[in-house]
Parts: sequence; C-alpha cells; structure tokens
Amino acid sequence: MFDNIFGIHEQALMLHGQRLGVLATNMANSDTPNYKARDIDFSAVLSHTDEAPLALAVTKAAHITFNDNGAPASDLKYRNPYQASLDGNTVEMPVEQAAFSENNVRYQASLNFINMRIAELTLAINGQ
Amino acid sequence: MSLFNVFNTAGSALNAQTIRLNTTASNLANAESVDGDPAKVYRARHPVFQTLMDTSGDSFDQEDAGVGVRVLGVVESKTPPLMRYQPDNPTANKDGYVYSSNVNSIEEMTNMISANRSFATNVECINTARDLLLKTISMGH
Repeated sequence: MFDNIFGIHEQALMLHGQRLGVLATNMANSDTPNYKARDIDFSAVLSHTDEAPLALAVTKAAHITFNDNGAPASDLKYRNPYQASLDGNTVEMPVEQAAFSENNVRYQASLNFINMRIAELTLAINGQ
Repeated sequence: MSLFNVFNTAGSALNAQTIRLNTTASNLANAESVDGDPAKVYRARHPVFQTLMDTSGDSFDQEDAGVGVRVLGVVESKTPPLMRYQPDNPTANKDGYVYSSNVNSIEEMTNMISANRSFATNVECINTARDLLLKTISMGH
C-alpha cells in the first residue's frame, strides 16, 4: 500500500532539484568563454519514467539484466541560443532566470502535493 | 547533483566575480599611471574564467557536467601603452616622453557592471536554493 504514496511527485521533486543545479551552473558560467548552456528536457525524462523500459530477455541463469535507473545522459541537452555570442558562450541570462523561477515554482508545487499527501495520511492514521 | 551543490556552484561564481571586480578596481586605480619605460608601465589585467568539471563520476548522469567556475589565470592586456610628451615629468625618458597605462576606463566600467549583475544573480540562486531546502527539510509539518 505504501509503495507509491507520493506518486510522480517524489521523482518530480528530485528532477526539479537536479534541474536547479544545472541552471545554477549555467548562471555561474555566464561569463566563461566557450561554455555551452545546458538544460534537462523534462518531458523526455517524464516519458520514460511513467512507462516501464524494455527489459532484456533472460533465458539463462548467467544472463545479466540491464538496469537503467536514473536519468540517462541524453536528457541533459545543450541549449540553442537566440543570439550567438562572440566568445562562444551560449548562456542567456534572461532565459536562465525565467527557467530558474519556473523550476522554483514547480519544485514548490511538487513539495506542496507531497505535504498534502502526508497531511491526508496523518489524518487517516489519527482518525480524527 | 543535489540541491546542496547549488551552494558550491554559485559560491565558485561569487569567488570568480570577486576576482574580476578586484582586477577592475586595480585597473581603474592605475589608469593614470605613467612610466618612462614602456616595459615597466602598468598594463590592464583581466581574469580568464574556466568551467569546473565534475569528473568524480557521481554527477547527475555519469557525464561530465559543469559544477562551477574558476579563474584559470589573470592575463595582461597586449595593447601598446600610450606615449605622451611630458618633459617636466620626473619619470620621463631622455627624449621627454612618458608611457601611460593601456587601461580602457570604459571597458573597465562595463566589466564592473557585468560582474555586479552576475554576482547579484548568483546570490539570488543561493537564496532560492536555501529557501527550497528549508521547505524540503520541514516537509510534513
């Protein structure tokens, strides 16, 4: 029963936490020559978290199952800049700041859902 | 990469921008320095930034993700110093010329504004990460 209390919000919270780090790295490197801005494709990560990945067939005891947990490398993508910079840096501060505050709100939303779930369960446990 | 890494990342950027502000202050302070020898006169200094890479293998996806910024070094400007005829200057050479530093005040001022903005943004990053962490810690209360 308690296997999946928080639904997708547990993973969403972790992913938003990771994205916060990626965006912070972009902003930290806003003046570094040749730094390429990166971002996590949220919908791509989401698409392979809600469906079980294709499993390798295990026909013999010696076969090793392929365990793909965590976000694969392809989800961390490079951003396409709106305007090219002479020093090869693709960080655009307004874009990063907008993504950062959006991510902030989404993180807090997931956190709120988890908190509400905890409040629900506490209510059920106490029975009053 | 956890939420705590934001403090390291933004902290490294604060450090780098502080060094940039320091060199700007040094350049502006020496903008009017003169010397009779072109090799001895003050030259504008600028820091070179480089992305710090996390190669420990436990990064976000086992891929080299940037985790901050560092100052690789401080380079001196190669622009030749300006020559001025000032025979009454005590540092003037035998022909009466002095060489003034190659600091471009306008360039330094724009550098200062850019460093100021980047610093403020990174402070804001730290504040946001702190708020989110505090909210996460008090989860369920």
